[in-house]
Amino acid sequence: MATDNSNSTYETYYVPESSKFPIWASLGLSLFMIGLANALNGIKSGDGAGGATIVAILGFAILGTVLFNWFATSIRENHQGLPSAQLKRSYVLGMYWFIFSEVMFFAAFFGALFYVRQWAVPWLGGEGGRGSSNILWPGFEAVWPVIANPSDALFVPPHESMEWRGWGEALGYLPMWNTIILLSSSVTVHFAHAGLKNNNRKQLIGWLSLTVLLGVVFIFLQAEEYIEAYQELGLTLDSGIYGSTFFLLTGFHGFHVTLGAFMLSVMLARSIKGHFKPEDHFGFEAASWYWHFVDVVWVCLFFFVYLY
Amino acid sequence: MSNIGAIDGHDAHHDDDHHHGPAKGITRWIYTTNHKDIGSLYLWFSLAMFLLGGTFALVIRLELFQPGLQFVEPNFFNQMTTMHGLIMVFGAVMPAFVGLANWMIPMMIGAPDMALPRMNNWSFWILPFAFTMLASTLLMEAGAPNFGWTFYAPLSTTYAPETVTFFIFAVHMMGASSIMGSINIIATIQNLRAPGMTYMKMPLFVWTWLITAYLLLAVMPVLAGVVTMMLFDVHFGTSFFNAAGGGDPVLFQHVFWFFGHPEVYIMILPAFGVISEIISTFSRKRLFGYDSMVYATSSIAFLSFIVWAHHMFTTGMPLAGELFFMYATMLIAVPTGVKVFNWISTMFKGSITFETPMLFAIAFVVLFTMGGFTGLMLAIAPADFQYHDTYFVVAHFHYVLVPGSVFSIMAAVYYWLPKWTGNMYDETLGKLHFWLSFVGINILFFPQHFLGLAGMPRRIPDYALQFADFNMVSSIGGFLFGFSQLLFVFVVIKCVRGGKKASAEVWEGSHGLEWTVPSPAPYHTFTTPPPIAENAHARVETKGDV
Repeated sequence: MATDNSNSTYETYYVPESSKFPIWASLGLSLFMIGLANALNGIKSGDGAGGATIVAILGFAILGTVLFNWFATSIRENHQGLPSAQLKRSYVLGMYWFIFSEVMFFAAFFGALFYVRQWAVPWLGGEGGRGSSNILWPGFEAVWPVIANPSDALFVPPHESMEWRGWGEALGYLPMWNTIILLSSSVTVHFAHAGLKNNNRKQLIGWLSLTVLLGVVFIFLQAEEYIEAYQELGLTLDSGIYGSTFFLLTGFHGFHVTLGAFMLSVMLARSIKGHFKPEDHFGFEAASWYWHFVDVVWVCLFFFVYLY
Repeated sequence: MSNIGAIDGHDAHHDDDHHHGPAKGITRWIYTTNHKDIGSLYLWFSLAMFLLGGTFALVIRLELFQPGLQFVEPNFFNQMTTMHGLIMVFGAVMPAFVGLANWMIPMMIGAPDMALPRMNNWSFWILPFAFTMLASTLLMEAGAPNFGWTFYAPLSTTYAPETVTFFIFAVHMMGASSIMGSINIIATIQNLRAPGMTYMKMPLFVWTWLITAYLLLAVMPVLAGVVTMMLFDVHFGTSFFNAAGGGDPVLFQHVFWFFGHPEVYIMILPAFGVISEIISTFSRKRLFGYDSMVYATSSIAFLSFIVWAHHMFTTGMPLAGELFFMYATMLIAVPTGVKVFNWISTMFKGSITFETPMLFAIAFVVLFTMGGFTGLMLAIAPADFQYHDTYFVVAHFHYVLVPGSVFSIMAAVYYWLPKWTGNMYDETLGKLHFWLSFVGINILFFPQHFLGLAGMPRRIPDYALQFADFNMVSSIGGFLFGFSQLLFVFVVIKCVRGGKKASAEVWEGSHGLEWTVPSPAPYHTFTTPPPIAENAHARVETKGDV
């Protein structure tokens, strides 16, 4: 791009003149949060959520619409050739560090799991001469998974945990299938990427569709697993620390898989529309990085929540 | 809603012309993508929050002026301590530094703007909404959060007022803002440095902010995690922080302080950067030990991740934990000592002048070091058993945060105001503001050391009679310091509205790219990268130096 600056060997960094997206996104986000907070407080106090739910849904709809248009604008700008190579690097860095922040979010929950297993529960069982729990809950024995809570009256414990049940029951063990599914989907998304780089649209669309399908199956199986936990095992959010860590870790992971599958389906739709070039497809790459990230989190989950 | 996209797309068509000025009217500020506008928004917002949080502090000092309950109910007193802390940490200090980063980093590294300008605007505009939501809890029937800014469980879960839900979501929103802001800063520094601006040529303010942004990225998600656990404990029956279900209230403190301790450095590392710029300028010397400053800052950042439990010495940790966290904490004194040594060595044999920014900077070095030393006392686990939860702790962290972070922000404002506005501020009033603040802050916080050592607990609206004199002195200092800040507001507004014109260089000893552009800085600077070699800030000899 020509500029009046003598130093014309550099491309101009595209800075949009102004944008209405951020203020609307902030408004949507706030309405969502205010509605959600009022709904939760209403339910807790017994008054019911009432109109707060509508505020939350409205806020979420505004936020979603804004984000949709925001991304659409970025895509349109890219088609117009506005972003320089340097700006594209900013997007890459942005995604990279966003994933890092997500890793740290999961680290908080894994940290809680390790702390509880390594220290809190053994101490409740009286280890290390920490006697107070022996007075409060003399019968409590520290075992993981915690099947009998210190106070079974306040927190009704599960009958059974979601732990690995041995090879004999492996075929009916959903988390194992989910591991296989998610690991395969990381491979299929890689094949789709290869198709994109080789300018083979059929390969791209085929493998990407399979990846999205595997993601959906994963979410479906996890829903099955939650139903089994609630209905057959008595394993619920309020069944003590095992349920707390189990559902928040797997639940937030499941939420991220949903988000990742949504991102990949957007990429699939864009692939069908003819977006992406072999040398310019960062939207796809960002979504696939995110997919690999949820895959890695699952491997850690499978090891620390289910197996070990 | 689709018209939003249409209008935005429309804007994209005339992007080639980068040289027209700001838009007219209020929409300039709401829709802006300009790093200078957004920097100003952050700074004004931070000033407003500083005055709000300061008002809460004055309510606290008013109640503590005399023993007995005079003005407020104990529960409201607790709401004041909580809101004061939250608003000062998340609303005043952090946004002020982000504002400075927005204004200065692109100009210091020769970048056209921040890397992701629209997201930059979003990072800011989330904040007014989040803080309105948080502050509005004061007007709700249940009252504002009253569990302290550290919101320890079970006070913040089992026994919390229902407004805790608003508090949790406000923290989520602030976290999102901080994460987006730090992604933007990292991408800007990694990607938008002008050719030739190598990492080791960057001004120290840029370096300290780069490291701060990494800290933010690493710990704000952990804060989001811990408030999410609270949310589930409060509303969905989980038992993370409830021992009856196998959880542990102390778990809350571990996760919180894993965020909280790096957070402390998030509030001080950019201050180190500011002070390094200012001392070098007004000593008319290069910064002494630039490389060691970079390494010291990195070391402090690393250590900040392995010292969190020194906030928890009295929770009954195993002895090994007490010892590890005690020694690791003491290690921080080494890189911090390097920094203080370098600042003093920079001043050594310099031809120093004492303009307002330099006065604040020197006060920073002296008073922050005092806060550091009381930190060392607190780091000694057995001694901490005595100091824990007393006014000694209050005195300690206010010494590092007020004459530390806040003084550095004020120093930065005086230092760069001529560059931002094109006008010199009123030097006489600036100096008056400094001396009133300096005297006020010491009358306010110094006696609190003695109160704490004598055993006065923090977060208590009433106290035993033997603490009365020092509390009265402290309150007088508090009101002196508090009302002096109105003078600061006056000086800033006066400077924005007019004054002696500033040159491009502004200060005789200044060097760095930001001083090569006119004052006030044009709306768009460095649309294409400037040449670096002769301008490089830190390492290139300039005539007459050293």
